[in-house]
Amino acid sequence: MGKTIAEKILSNKSGQDARAGDIVIANLDFVMGQDGTSPLAIKAFHEMEAQRVFDPARIAMVIDHSAPSPLEGVSELHRQMRSFADQQAIHFYDIGDGVCHQLVPEQGHVVPGDLVIGADSHTCTYGAINVFSTGVGSTDLAAGIIAGKLWFKVPETFKFQLNGRLPRGVFSKDLILYLIGDVTADGATYMAAEYTGEAIADLSVEARFTISNMAIEMGAKCGLMEADEKTLAWVKAHSRKGFAPVSADNDAAYARVKEYDVSRLEPQVAKPHTVDNVAPVGEVAGTPIQQGVIGTCTNGRIEDLRIAAGILQGKKIKRGTRLVVAPSSRQVLLQAMREGLIEIFVESGAALVTPGCGPCVGTHNGVPSDGENVISTANRNFKGRMGNNRAFVYLGSPATVAASVINGEITDPRNYID
Amino acid sequence: MHLKGKVHKFGNDVNTDYIISGRYKFKTLDMKELAHHVMEDLDPDFYSKVQQGDFIVAGSNFGCGSSREQAPLAIINADISAVIAKSFARIFYRNCINTGLPVIECDTDQIQAGDELEVDLEAGVLHNHSQGVDLKITPLPPVMLKILSEGGLVEHFKKHGTFNFD
Repeated sequence: MGKTIAEKILSNKSGQDARAGDIVIANLDFVMGQDGTSPLAIKAFHEMEAQRVFDPARIAMVIDHSAPSPLEGVSELHRQMRSFADQQAIHFYDIGDGVCHQLVPEQGHVVPGDLVIGADSHTCTYGAINVFSTGVGSTDLAAGIIAGKLWFKVPETFKFQLNGRLPRGVFSKDLILYLIGDVTADGATYMAAEYTGEAIADLSVEARFTISNMAIEMGAKCGLMEADEKTLAWVKAHSRKGFAPVSADNDAAYARVKEYDVSRLEPQVAKPHTVDNVAPVGEVAGTPIQQGVIGTCTNGRIEDLRIAAGILQGKKIKRGTRLVVAPSSRQVLLQAMREGLIEIFVESGAALVTPGCGPCVGTHNGVPSDGENVISTANRNFKGRMGNNRAFVYLGSPATVAASVINGEITDPRNYID
Repeated sequence: MHLKGKVHKFGNDVNTDYIISGRYKFKTLDMKELAHHVMEDLDPDFYSKVQQGDFIVAGSNFGCGSSREQAPLAIINADISAVIAKSFARIFYRNCINTGLPVIECDTDQIQAGDELEVDLEAGVLHNHSQGVDLKITPLPPVMLKILSEGGLVEHFKKHGTFNFD
């Protein structure tokens, strides 16, 4: 019997014949924490009576969730992170460097075939470049940076066979929202998702990250893709590490397989207050919007900014509506400046904020007021997510957000794309 | 482990933003303070209703969303003794084991708010005193039971220095 990508990576890293359902202890190639989770991990590290991390070169901490600090309590937690990072000589990314899930692949820390944990639920993002990466909590993070290994239950795999190519004006965000709406928020709980087929092959690596990023929103442990020529070129451009891509065997055993034809998919929007509450954009078109958000670990990459700027060029955001733009990293911001995209955003009336998580997690940079509607390129729209439980958050692609803020209401982006 | 208390009932897909909102969790490591805001967006009076040892009982996919370990820690500090649900999201589930909060999988459809429950984790039995029925609970894998019975992963590492499941 053959193996899935998840079974192969966990076999390689544990030295055991890992099959779905087994529990293995496996070696970690990289470990990451952010400012919402690292302070508790540092506390656990000391409580566990550890002195040194297992390998400073394989560990990064990132300040992105509340960056720069909006509060004195947060400033103290950031101080603890800076001090720990200095003491242990680990990789450290401070305010303005970007979102952890942009930085980890962009800075070349992870490569195909790797096993990675991160104390952030969207760590599944790196599955797009064939990395078994999964979110953990702070105590697992502490154990990981001490021992360089962690126990894993080998997941079953849910295979998404995605045929056809996405039509004009429809993006990878629309595809993953559609899939989550179809299988629901716990459709892949405890499982690895494997995304394959012509629709994936057709996408850029950047667009693929958006799909793997949201695997957790269907409950999945990771969102894996095979490495193709595009992946290898992308990874070589970002990392000097050697790597060995992992493919699924033809006779691998899947817990579930679902096949889709994406060639007639329409732009999708997740309605308040769950990510699986998904509808085609036409169903919610006309809903008034007070704030748009373009950015986050889901859709703050250079391609996303190009798509949004392409729609906003020469136009103004409607009076009564605001737009917050948060590039996903310093490099993305620099590139967007070189290409003139930042100028387009600022001239259209957008507010540019620090590369990082922006207003997604409700700590700063655009908390909505009571009764307001927000449309965001983020990955979560839970009640209270953006810091106000009396606001309403819709999720869509960068194109849908850009089109919507021009009109002040949810708008089909295909009206603005030739 | 022997637990006894009354039920506070919730629905499906209770996410970690509902358990403890991001607007509180980023600013402090004081879990006693965070405990006052547990489940606030679903039930503003939740914290004041809980008595020592009570249970949170929910439907499927409890704890979905963010990986914040503040979620189980805030629940523990609100004096809840265990969470009982039809199914759990996996990061939350791990975080509970690691922080020493018992998580119990069983069919919760018939359990009502206010019911008095008693749980024997080792024996795998949940007794509903209010309804006079026993429910079967899904046993924990030995690795998780070991971490939980040692008081969580911090205690496990203090004792063994690394993972030790022998």
